[in-house]
Amino acid sequence: MTDDLELLLRAAAHRIPDAPLPSLDDAATTAGLLDVAYATFDSPVGALLLAGTARGLVRIAYLDDGVEAPLRELALRVSPRVIASPRRLDEPRRELEQYFAGRRHEFDLAIDWQLTRGFGRRVLEATARIPFGAVSTYGRVAAAAGSPRGSRATGNALGANPLPIVVPCHRVVRTGGALGGYTGGLERKRTLLAVEGAQGVT
Amino acid sequence: MIGPKAIASPRSGREARTSHAVTRAPVSSAVDLPPFQTLIDEHGHDVHRFLVASVGRVDADDCYQETWISALRAYPRLRDAANLKAWILTVAHRKAIDHVRAGGRGAVPVPDVTELADAGRDEREGHADAVLDPDAVIWRRLRALPPKQRTAVALRYVLDAGYPDIAAVMDTSEEAARRNVHEGLTRLRKEYRP
Repeated sequence: MTDDLELLLRAAAHRIPDAPLPSLDDAATTAGLLDVAYATFDSPVGALLLAGTARGLVRIAYLDDGVEAPLRELALRVSPRVIASPRRLDEPRRELEQYFAGRRHEFDLAIDWQLTRGFGRRVLEATARIPFGAVSTYGRVAAAAGSPRGSRATGNALGANPLPIVVPCHRVVRTGGALGGYTGGLERKRTLLAVEGAQGVT
Repeated sequence: MIGPKAIASPRSGREARTSHAVTRAPVSSAVDLPPFQTLIDEHGHDVHRFLVASVGRVDADDCYQETWISALRAYPRLRDAANLKAWILTVAHRKAIDHVRAGGRGAVPVPDVTELADAGRDEREGHADAVLDPDAVIWRRLRALPPKQRTAVALRYVLDAGYPDIAAVMDTSEEAARRNVHEGLTRLRKEYRP
């Protein structure tokens, strides 16, 4: 008798089908609790994480080492209320697709700059003003950020860019046209500059 | 999230710093909490199965959503991230109780199996559930248990939880967890004759 009931319960439990789980991002948005929405996106320069807050796009990350580390960083630095919500990132994804197809020269996206601060933010803001197809140098970006001698610090700030591609740190090269560095690897920097048809870079 | 021209005209450094100070993350926590999505990915199916057993398949989806939204609301204030699975199941347990109190079908007194053919609300709902779920009768019996016994039995037999886990979810001693399971089974045995 004992075993019968326990077996019956276990058997019934095994017959509960693994139904598709109800989606939560709409309800979370309605409740005002979706602090960080994210999606992944397969781009010509590899898989990307796109993440946004109510204020705008907050993070783009190359996903060579998986999604876990950048999501954890968002949980620590922005809010632990991080939820997958592909539709909330439709607009950045669409603009990136157009960009890689050569049909978009400027991004028209709200940006949440909260992962940057101080000199680093000024560097990235100066970088955001370099137009499509052009390049600048570490020295000139340093000057534009208010620190003419800060080429090295500028390189560090660009290396910490939380929004690569959209904030075009790939457009910053060495004086004389050498490529310099890139967090996502130089191959990506070359690809992005090629997409833009940038001249005078070696 | 999408607005005009933020790239074209980023804020000046000074304004940006001010804005940063004002608009810092609205919440903070003393412990390093993983991204909430991790909890959903790791425990979503267990929460759903627990709720199917606790409130029925028809209402499980609503309860599931309420559980996660309630958890999401409280999440940043959480001070202990050591057993997040027990935490989310505690929330689900409470939602199931709320649901029953609010007049979910689990609140309807369950007739004997032989009475299921009787007319009335129970019958219609019994049939509605039974069409979806051939095990509806045993789940309806389970739902008729007092909440502590119901949750303990569901955790034990639906999620294969051990007594320490049941104790953690229900915030009781392990001994009380055993007792709840035992009393629930005893009551089911008395009332349920296949």
